[in-house]
Amino acid sequence: MAKDEFQSREFKVVGTRVPRPDGLDKVTGRARYGADMSAPGMLFGYCLRSPHAHARIRSIDTSQAEAMSGVKAVVTRADFIHTPEDEGTRDILDNVMAGEKALYDGHTVAAVAATSRSVALAALKAIKVDYEVLPHVIDVDEAMKEGAPVLHEGRQQESVPKGYSQNVLARSQYGHGDIAAGFAKADLIVERSFTTAATHQGYIEPHACLATMGNDGQGDLWCCTQGHYMVRNTCSAILGMEAGRLKVTASEIGGGFGGKTTVFLEPVALMLSKKSGKPVKMTMAREEVMRASGPTASTSIDIKIGMTKDGKITAAQGDFRYQSGCFYAMNGALGAMCGFAPYDLDNVETVGWEVVTNRPKAAAYRAPGAPMAAFAVESVIDEMAKELGLDPIDLRLLNAADEGTKSAYGPTYPAIGLKATLEAAKAHPHWSAPLGENQGRGMGCGFWFNFGGDTCVSLMINPDGTVSLSEGNPDIGGSRASMSMMAAEELGIPYEQVRCVIADTATLGQNEVTDGSRVTFAVGLATIKAARHAIKIMKERAAATWGIEPEAVEWVDGAAQPAGPNAGKFPPMTLKEIAETASNTGGPIAGHFEVNAEGAGVSFGTHIADTEVDPETGAVKVLRYTVFQDAGKAVHPDYVEGQLQGGAVQGIGWALNEEYIYGEDGTLQNAGYLDYRIPVASDLPMIDPVILEIPNPGHPYGVRGVGETGIVPPLATLANAVSRAAGVRMTSLPMSPPKLLAAIKAQG
Amino acid sequence: MVTVTLWGSLADLTGGTRDLQVKATNLRELLTTLAQDYPALRPQLDRGVSVSIDGKIYNDSWFQPITETSEVVLLNRLEGG
Repeated sequence: MAKDEFQSREFKVVGTRVPRPDGLDKVTGRARYGADMSAPGMLFGYCLRSPHAHARIRSIDTSQAEAMSGVKAVVTRADFIHTPEDEGTRDILDNVMAGEKALYDGHTVAAVAATSRSVALAALKAIKVDYEVLPHVIDVDEAMKEGAPVLHEGRQQESVPKGYSQNVLARSQYGHGDIAAGFAKADLIVERSFTTAATHQGYIEPHACLATMGNDGQGDLWCCTQGHYMVRNTCSAILGMEAGRLKVTASEIGGGFGGKTTVFLEPVALMLSKKSGKPVKMTMAREEVMRASGPTASTSIDIKIGMTKDGKITAAQGDFRYQSGCFYAMNGALGAMCGFAPYDLDNVETVGWEVVTNRPKAAAYRAPGAPMAAFAVESVIDEMAKELGLDPIDLRLLNAADEGTKSAYGPTYPAIGLKATLEAAKAHPHWSAPLGENQGRGMGCGFWFNFGGDTCVSLMINPDGTVSLSEGNPDIGGSRASMSMMAAEELGIPYEQVRCVIADTATLGQNEVTDGSRVTFAVGLATIKAARHAIKIMKERAAATWGIEPEAVEWVDGAAQPAGPNAGKFPPMTLKEIAETASNTGGPIAGHFEVNAEGAGVSFGTHIADTEVDPETGAVKVLRYTVFQDAGKAVHPDYVEGQLQGGAVQGIGWALNEEYIYGEDGTLQNAGYLDYRIPVASDLPMIDPVILEIPNPGHPYGVRGVGETGIVPPLATLANAVSRAAGVRMTSLPMSPPKLLAAIKAQG
Repeated sequence: MVTVTLWGSLADLTGGTRDLQVKATNLRELLTTLAQDYPALRPQLDRGVSVSIDGKIYNDSWFQPITETSEVVLLNRLEGG
């Protein structure tokens, strides 16, 4: 990747708010989601799930179920005879179909395919599982102790010191400087402990798929996912088949937010189809989504910060303990890397811990691991600002990381936009607006890395001059619109002339998952390069038509033209005219580009919130909320605003109400939206997004990913606002009314 | 020679040294040489790492150039949501 791709230019299409290409389909119900696909002779597949948090599976008797009329296949782990080479894929197999043990309430132990839903559900009841119930552990700090119930033997990495349970799989330490010397220079040292609950991404659409495995060893899979290439690669590895024999098509997606970056139903559906010889459709009920897909990690965090009386941080220390469910996930390390990333620190030390518990395997939730770390760090900074009588934004500006800062996780930052977001927040009317009784204002900063990765784009010039664009990433945040806009911009044609589709896995080369805030950056870069490739060919065709050298042709406003008076006098030849004669000039015209688009720039955001606390009930009302984030270049501002608003809303839910609640027996008590409280429109003010545009040098248009950073600051922002409104420092999320009321009463 | 900075806990595997001198001109050579010269790092290298080169993060690009003046920092393998 060239490092400095960005070239300043006047945009004609990029930056406008064109109609979204999927809008009509979605509001009329024509869009097809995961559960909307059917096939002739299709069977209905359902999972039998463990009712225990931790249990050894002594035996599974499927004979009665298999004998039932209408039951065409029953699968257990015994049917998955192939062992994937990769440890991570073996964990995924263990997660989608339990092996020797059920590791959480809801863990799949068997599955049935039948001619109807009712027959399948009856068959599940006929399966007899003999469990030996084992002691379980849900809490991260409990799971780390020697003597805690152990989930796995021998999985601990070499980084874990002696004296911890085998549930502690990994430890990562980051930082630099002399932490003791830094604290010795401090006028004020504050040390606090924090906890956050596991939350779910809360996507509207449950997981669903339709799998067809033929007797010829070739398969087709339709599914709702953030990455159908990932689904293909993972499923083929689990089933022991060649990836090229499985074609995966991504449906429309009703939200993912990181929760659809892995597989749950798909390998099971393929195995049921293989065994039955019929297409098998599987859909999760909401209860299954909550019990058995991937929520985020819950955490226990200690933060210690030293500061001079004028607000300069002299030392910062953090211990980030994350439980990520029953298999390894790297969340604690990400918390340890991100927590202090917004600050320029001489002395910093962080430790991240990866711990397993008897919960479903955690999945990403936008920026995995970062929001909880920001909550803890930003809470202590806010408390210190209050104690020292300093403006919270001024304090952060005094300590803010900038170009040349050695980050808390090691690398030195190139040009970054944190100070710009802080200065924009300071200047915004929100920061100086008056507050009423029982009201408080909080702010917080957040950091995320952003990624690129493998990307393929193909761009066809059709005979009538329209353009068909194929990309390989499910459209979650408006990528069909933004890719069409970048193609139109580069080609110099109207946006409406381009139609972008999401290609299946047999149509384009490998594409990374739609995650890491990567798509507008990486797929956008590839789209621009594919358009430039097509332009090169069109210039050659025009040159051949005119009888001049291709180098003597330039591309201006959607047409080829002689580059200067010496090139000859020819009227411009439009894209449409070149397309119409393509058969005469050499054949169809298409551009393509394939790249591993690494080197994406990091991202920062700053949020402000006003809250009002009811001292009688502990209820919190969010009065006003403003988001400041650097987008590099907002290709379609509506979608960028949507990402910033969505991150804020999800963070508000995480901060105020959402939590996985487990009973004494380790079973989930609130597996549905009646008992798991996500914010609804009536809970929220209008989220005011302020987009900053500081060009990313690594992208031709300066684009920077925006999908994840927006969820990093809200937990801290809300905690600081509520703590100031209630007059008591809240260190445990969610700040649900009972918890807040108890804190207010304890304060006196 | 390129100076590679390890994250703190990896230094436990290199006798406490966080800054390693490695002969490499690109990412592939860097990771290969690290595994050869410091076998204790192999389990983590096999699990996967990200590498920051002059402040930009790379996961897989073997031929990403590294110069003697490059700032090279080894990181846990990063992933997003």
